[in-house]
Amino acid sequence: MTPVLRLENVRKAFGRDTLVLRDVNLDVAPHTVTALIGASGSGKSTLLRCANLLEEIDDGVIFLDGEDITDPGADADAVRRRIGVVFQAYNLFPHMTVLENITLAPHRVHGVPREQATRRARELLDRLGLAEKAGAYPDRLSGGQQQRVAIARALAVRPRLLLLDEITAALDPELVGEVLNVVRDLKGDGMTMVLATHEMGFAREVADQVCFLDDGVVLERGTPEQVFGDPQEERTRRFLRRIVEAGRL
Amino acid sequence: MTVEKAETATRTREYVPSARRLARERHRRARTRRATAVAALSTLVTGAVLFLVVTRSPGWPRTRETFFSAEYAREALPEVVDGLWLNLRLLVVCGAAVLVIGMLLAVARTLRGPVFFPLRALAAAYTDFFRGLPLIICLLLVVFGVPALRLAGVTTDPVLLGGAALTLTYSAYVAEVFRAGIESVHPSQRAAARSLGLSSGQALRFVVLPQAVRRVVPPLLNDLVSLQKDTGLVSIAGAVDAVYAAQIIASKEFNYTPYVVAGLVFVALTIPMTRLTDWVTARMDRQRAQGGTT
Repeated sequence: MTPVLRLENVRKAFGRDTLVLRDVNLDVAPHTVTALIGASGSGKSTLLRCANLLEEIDDGVIFLDGEDITDPGADADAVRRRIGVVFQAYNLFPHMTVLENITLAPHRVHGVPREQATRRARELLDRLGLAEKAGAYPDRLSGGQQQRVAIARALAVRPRLLLLDEITAALDPELVGEVLNVVRDLKGDGMTMVLATHEMGFAREVADQVCFLDDGVVLERGTPEQVFGDPQEERTRRFLRRIVEAGRL
Repeated sequence: MTVEKAETATRTREYVPSARRLARERHRRARTRRATAVAALSTLVTGAVLFLVVTRSPGWPRTRETFFSAEYAREALPEVVDGLWLNLRLLVVCGAAVLVIGMLLAVARTLRGPVFFPLRALAAAYTDFFRGLPLIICLLLVVFGVPALRLAGVTTDPVLLGGAALTLTYSAYVAEVFRAGIESVHPSQRAAARSLGLSSGQALRFVVLPQAVRRVVPPLLNDLVSLQKDTGLVSIAGAVDAVYAAQIIASKEFNYTPYVVAGLVFVALTIPMTRLTDWVTARMDRQRAQGGTT
């Protein structure tokens, strides 16, 4: 089966000296969840931003459903329409209500009539337990609620692939659960997802594939059992040991 | 168990302010009263000193006659108010033009891509030039320079030309205000918009500009207050506005009271505008204090 997302020898540097992705290879099969783990600065976020063409890669190829999206002639806006992104800092539009945040892209980009977009948005909000927040502005919501709205916004355009960039890292601990539950639900629906995360327990639970990024390469890749239970690389072992010591696994 | 019971008891009992709180409030009230009294007294003393210094000055009787004559004020007021109608029309028309042109200039300066280089460069050169050029010189050059060209079909009406000069200068100021607003919107907002598939134009229109404009409302109002006063400068071109109306009477009667009247009329006009600016600013600060996500 064609992978939904495929990275081949991807290289990305910021400026002359900061090489973030050295040589990354990755396959994401349809209806699977891939967890990217690794220390801060190991390139997890950059990888996701490159996959969404928010950053331009220096070398290598990225395929979305078998189509080369890093080709200079590729239509970046069309590619982004097929990929949903949820950011660590939510990035909701503060001047729009929850409903307007969610209907903006379906209405303006995909040409869905406003009533239909609104109906779909209300369904999503209902599902995420936010039905009564439709008319609220983002600054009136808790972090967990904001992040769930951001997920609804990304889902509103029925993306082929969802990229989740440390979506619980900015949340108070007691709000993490409500957001992770949404991701569990989405996995149940068969949504293809790539998530960068520091929640090792969660990665272990939902991921079909875990990738340990270290110094710009995917150093180790496998099922959660392999990577967490029997890591082959010394650096993976050291990273996991630090996580355990911090009480996060 | 006992702790729980005690807590419930405290919760259900009627709240009675403690003696400590009452004493604190008494103290605070006394302090406020004292502060008000001190402020009133010091205002009175300052006022009295100013009054005495001015009225005891050797030239005061003459000055009062020349600048504060009730008789000339009565004569000048209707003329000045008539002239003010022109200032108001100039304010509305120029204000609208300035907002539109300023916004276009600001957007032109934020366009990326080599195609837009000439547009970007032109907008930058325009703002640099007209922000630096003193308004009065701009006015003189436009008002006397353009008619001297004797171009067919181009107006020589001092009001139109004066308005054009005001618009030239003020759109440069306002463009910079808008640009500052656009740049103050965090790049992550644009990234979020682009990641949803919005084109860069759509991201600008639906996400960046609405937030940018909201943020620059106070400085924009400030510039409009300033424009309101500067409409008085079209008098140098011979347009009969409030200032020129005052000047006509002043030179006829050899009395400066009409200028004072015109000045006071302008002040009376700008006060509501400045209050509005203060109110809007305060309201926005309050909103921000309630915690924005920007």
